[in-house]
Amino acid sequence: MNAFLAILGRDLRLSLGSGGIGLPVVFFLLVATLYPFAVGPDGALLAKTGGGVLWVAALLAALLPIDRLIAPDAEAGVLDQYAVRGVGEEMIAAAKITAHWIGFGPPLMLAAIPASAMLRLDGETLAAVELGLLAGTPGLAALGVMVASLTAGLRRGGALAGLLMLPLAIPLIIFGAGSIGDFGGGALRFLAASSLFLVAVAPFAAGAGIRALRE
Amino acid sequence: MTASLTFSNLACVRGGRVLFKGLNATLGPGEALLLTGPNGVGKSSLLRLIAGLLPAYAGKVTHEGRLALSDESHALDPRLPLAKALGYWAGMDGTGPGAVADALDALDMARLGDVPVRLLSTGQRRRANLARVLASGADIWLLDEPGNGLDTASLALLGRAIAAHRAQGGIVVVASHQPLGLTDAQALALEAAE
Repeated sequence: MNAFLAILGRDLRLSLGSGGIGLPVVFFLLVATLYPFAVGPDGALLAKTGGGVLWVAALLAALLPIDRLIAPDAEAGVLDQYAVRGVGEEMIAAAKITAHWIGFGPPLMLAAIPASAMLRLDGETLAAVELGLLAGTPGLAALGVMVASLTAGLRRGGALAGLLMLPLAIPLIIFGAGSIGDFGGGALRFLAASSLFLVAVAPFAAGAGIRALRE
Repeated sequence: MTASLTFSNLACVRGGRVLFKGLNATLGPGEALLLTGPNGVGKSSLLRLIAGLLPAYAGKVTHEGRLALSDESHALDPRLPLAKALGYWAGMDGTGPGAVADALDALDMARLGDVPVRLLSTGQRRRANLARVLASGADIWLLDEPGNGLDTASLALLGRAIAAHRAQGGIVVVASHQPLGLTDAQALALEAAE
């Protein structure tokens, strides 16, 4: 537990220090700002499609810090030092998933409030988006760390990480955007279930990825 | 607890090539092992194998006591002041800031505690890397070319630190081309397999 908290604290400090938290939020708000310019100021259309746009923006924002999650630690020998100290790879992955989520999940939920104003979303839709983000962003964080650990050893792994992660995030997008229409309905439960599944599986997959990096 | 390190009939295969095989050593408290041999013969691989970072192709490593590894990567956050960066590992090892201060002192780096790691010179980074091992309080030190980039004064400090560690019952395994003033150390000369 001591190691978990230490890794969590270090990763949070690093993402704070390198502008890691600000960047996804700014990106998210930028998409919410650009979208009305692209489709025109039709309030009804914006309100109808805005929730889905926020979900796409959230997914892309979660992708931004992905090349900083594992690769720098692997190159600097930090992962080796964890291993020498007997810290389990699954524990490292779980701590990194938690830190990654704290770094973009809650900030995105805050940023969704001004974004919803730009997209003319009503209060009920905003509540559905917030609830969906709360349920879905842990899954996105888990997916991010998993893909980051699998691509850390590759050249230009960052670009490949995007290609790998986006298809895997399709269930989250479908159920996330779907949960906006029927508030408190089945889509939100499916979203929570897929997110939970990813959070449960990712530490083991990412742990195996981290072990494979040593070879 | 007394420290010990034993490996028997150890073999390592990397990329389909046998690096070494049939290596044996038994180390008790206060003992040292010096690995020698030409470049690429597998000294670093042997250290990583002992550290548990590589799987053994054959044979077995057993050890009593905690390990600390110093290899070519210092694993310190470049933007943090040196003492804080070392403190991260010392905290994980359960030794704390006092051990970091002692380690910096032992390697004549006490002045550099507030300097960010990225501003350190090559030799200073090397010493910072060794300070991480000193501050870990580990029983078994695995040092991969610890003398690289060190000046004569620093080499002497390193030799003194190793001697002090052994005097306290610690074990040192070191791969080095420089003389480190190891007294009555076991030697293991690695030769190219085949």
